[in-house]
Amino acid sequence: MNLFQQDKLAGWLMVTITLISVLIPLCNLLTPVDSALHFSAYTVSLLGKYLTFALLGLSLDLVWGYCGILALGQGAFFALGGYAIGLYLMRQIGNRGVYGNPLLPDFMVFLNWSELPWYWFGFNQFWFAVLMVVVVPGLLALVFGWLAFRSRVTGVYLSIITQALTYALLLAFFRNEMGFGGNNGLTDFKEILGFNIQSEGVRSFFLMVTGLILLLAFYVSRWVVQSKLGRVITAVRDQEMRVRFLGYRVEHFKLWIFVFSAMLAGMAGALYVPQVGIINPSEFSPLNSLEIVIWVAIGGRCTLYGAIIGAVLVNYAKSLLTGWAPEIWLFFLGTAFILVTVFLPNGVLGLFRSQEQKS
Amino acid sequence: MKPNFFRRHFCLMAIGLLLLPSLVLSDENVNPDILTAAMSRLNNASMLDRSAAIEQLAAVQEPKAIVILQALLDGHLFNLKAENKLVIATEIEAGYTLSDAKNGQYLGTVTQDTVQKITLNNALRVALRKKIGRLELNASEAKVRINAVQAIAKDIDPESLVLLRTQLGMEKDGSVQDEIKLVLGLEQINSNDKSQRLAALDLLKDHASPAVVNRLNALQEKDATGQFVETDADVRNSAKTALININSKLRVYAAIETLFFGLSLGAVLVLAAIGLAITFGVMGVINMAHGELMMLGAYTTYVMQQLLPDYLGWALILSIPAAFMISALVGIAIERGIIRFLYGRPLETLLATFGVSLVLQQAVRSIFSPLNRSVASPEWMSGAWKINDFLSLTWNRFYILVFCLLVFALLLQILKRTRLGLEVRAVAQNRNMAKAMGIPTARVDALTFGLGSGIAGVAGVALSQITNVGPNLGQAYIVDSFMVVVFGGVGNLWGTLLAGFSLGIANKLLEPVAGAVLAKILVLVFIILFIQKRPRGLFPQKGRAVEG
Repeated sequence: MNLFQQDKLAGWLMVTITLISVLIPLCNLLTPVDSALHFSAYTVSLLGKYLTFALLGLSLDLVWGYCGILALGQGAFFALGGYAIGLYLMRQIGNRGVYGNPLLPDFMVFLNWSELPWYWFGFNQFWFAVLMVVVVPGLLALVFGWLAFRSRVTGVYLSIITQALTYALLLAFFRNEMGFGGNNGLTDFKEILGFNIQSEGVRSFFLMVTGLILLLAFYVSRWVVQSKLGRVITAVRDQEMRVRFLGYRVEHFKLWIFVFSAMLAGMAGALYVPQVGIINPSEFSPLNSLEIVIWVAIGGRCTLYGAIIGAVLVNYAKSLLTGWAPEIWLFFLGTAFILVTVFLPNGVLGLFRSQEQKS
Repeated sequence: MKPNFFRRHFCLMAIGLLLLPSLVLSDENVNPDILTAAMSRLNNASMLDRSAAIEQLAAVQEPKAIVILQALLDGHLFNLKAENKLVIATEIEAGYTLSDAKNGQYLGTVTQDTVQKITLNNALRVALRKKIGRLELNASEAKVRINAVQAIAKDIDPESLVLLRTQLGMEKDGSVQDEIKLVLGLEQINSNDKSQRLAALDLLKDHASPAVVNRLNALQEKDATGQFVETDADVRNSAKTALININSKLRVYAAIETLFFGLSLGAVLVLAAIGLAITFGVMGVINMAHGELMMLGAYTTYVMQQLLPDYLGWALILSIPAAFMISALVGIAIERGIIRFLYGRPLETLLATFGVSLVLQQAVRSIFSPLNRSVASPEWMSGAWKINDFLSLTWNRFYILVFCLLVFALLLQILKRTRLGLEVRAVAQNRNMAKAMGIPTARVDALTFGLGSGIAGVAGVALSQITNVGPNLGQAYIVDSFMVVVFGGVGNLWGTLLAGFSLGIANKLLEPVAGAVLAKILVLVFIILFIQKRPRGLFPQKGRAVEG
């Protein structure tokens, strides 16, 4: 499939996303509740959730598809972004918590804490929280990536230590002493920027924002991978040694794309948390990060929009199957993993592509 | 019993200590008159008479008397109403089986109403226990003597003290001596005489037991008026020295215990990681289903125990080869069915095997329910090996440590000395060259994978003894075992062993300081940093294979 066709497919996908993220909120605003064009709050939230997952898948495709880094800790950046916005939302509860403490969240009152930990300061400001959504995952990726790439940790070793990273964070966030709500995480949010977070308008708004950010992220990412920088990164994936011998500082390129991807994942997390209303440490679990990998693998690596398709497809199947027959879900996911890696190395898109090539 | 009567027989008893082989009933040694008289008295209704009869029996100084007294204490001594004769009875479903109390002769079974229990009151029971203790001081087994000393210590009186002192003089066994010293010392330290107290401290100073530590601490305390409870400075100082001495001993015990816990945790890690090390090292394959293969091993143990509910020990031993076979077969199926299509793409084997792990998990969940199954431990694996009051090592962990070393040694021998091992090493070093030399690499791959998976199954058997068996068993260990392999260096079994043990010990050393979870996080962070410094682990592979 040539570039034009790829563009066409991607174009159609982007049009669909735009339509979903603009039309559905508009319908909901303009039509009465009992109208056929009115979508339930559940559907709106679900669609919004899928789009945040699509953004997360996109971020993984950047590092895995284009740079060949199989990061098994992408969920960690997602969760950190989610926690950053979660802290802001917790501060917005104010004295409406169960214990009515104007400063401390309920779980801190419960643990007999007398003041907010230092790292909570600033999170009562929306702009600060939004900044942290990209800064915290970006910083972690910077430090971790700098250490790992500089000492040329590659391949499976890199995959394993990214998994160790998210596992360590999982254990850490489970601890009450961390001051992030321990096992229960952060929940019971009331409002964002003064608007009720449960209200239909805010939900529609979030769907719209998520769609637009996804759109933006897609085009920026595509611009990145098609730029000269992107081509070097793809070259690193295919022949790291040769690129290094050509005089490129391979680790800098890797680091750059790794940090960029972590920031995107953080944004996805920040969009996810207000829509589902909770963030807890289970988002850090290695299994979650592996699921992201399968989205991208199913959709098709190294296309960017394949990741979006894969994320939506798998999560749609998940909603369907876990509601209908929960025990089937893991069989399905497991079999999908096996079949896709063995038979469809290029994912669902590869299926279309090879058919087109034949005709 | 009159004391002089007792003393007269004491010499006899001392000789008897050397002469009596064991507590076997034998008619020759019994002094029939006293025994018969005492026994008929025991049969009397009044408690006073029974008390006297017990004294009499105890004075007989015969092993047989101990048997009767013990039966009396345990409530096994009955009167056979028809013949007015004492019998020892064991309860069975429909009544009792009887044996003659006097000569141990088997008398058949009877119904409940033909016999009457010889009852005791509490005072008699206490006295009886002490009597038995004193008599058992003559027993030939050191263990029985220690128990006897402990029984006497429960209710100490001057007479028992004299007895214990005499016993100490002629006791040969070190552990019994220690026990007697402890009892005497704890008693004597309450004496009013300063020299007696100092002597007591001398007895106690080598004794690291909670009772001694408490007592010595009490000697350092002050009362409400600020005066020392112990008025004498000499005694206080010497108690202090003894205490410091004991505390340093305790620190050594604590260190040994930490080391043991660390090693046993390390043994679990090594068992979990060693199979992974083979498949990862030899084939470059990341087997994410490794944890689930362990889970299969654990479930094999569970099923085996369901099949042989009466032979827990045998079930456990049999499940070792069974688990090996099952996991190895599943492993070979995974290799033949999936992995062989993915050689040269290590990251993709990671994904495919992860898919396998999900399917296996869900399959187990569907078959055995998502609830945890508990696997019972056979008797010889439960409980602890009590070395002293402050140091006891649990048997199950101890056995797992031994088991881990055995498996490791066996595996090492397989790789070193068998044809398969040679081929495995050849393929690991240079696949193409091995192929050119006529080694069937495909078959070696399958067998290697089977071997690694089988060891995972065996590890699962071990895990079933220390943790609950559930569908998530494998997941809990997969990250840890990867860490061990990566830390140790891929393709090096010794590295895996060293890495497993050192991570286990590091974890247990950190735990008291940082708490269990934080310790684990710190270890993970350490490994992540370590990988930066030495990207290929403790013992990296050298040569051309490295970049491959």
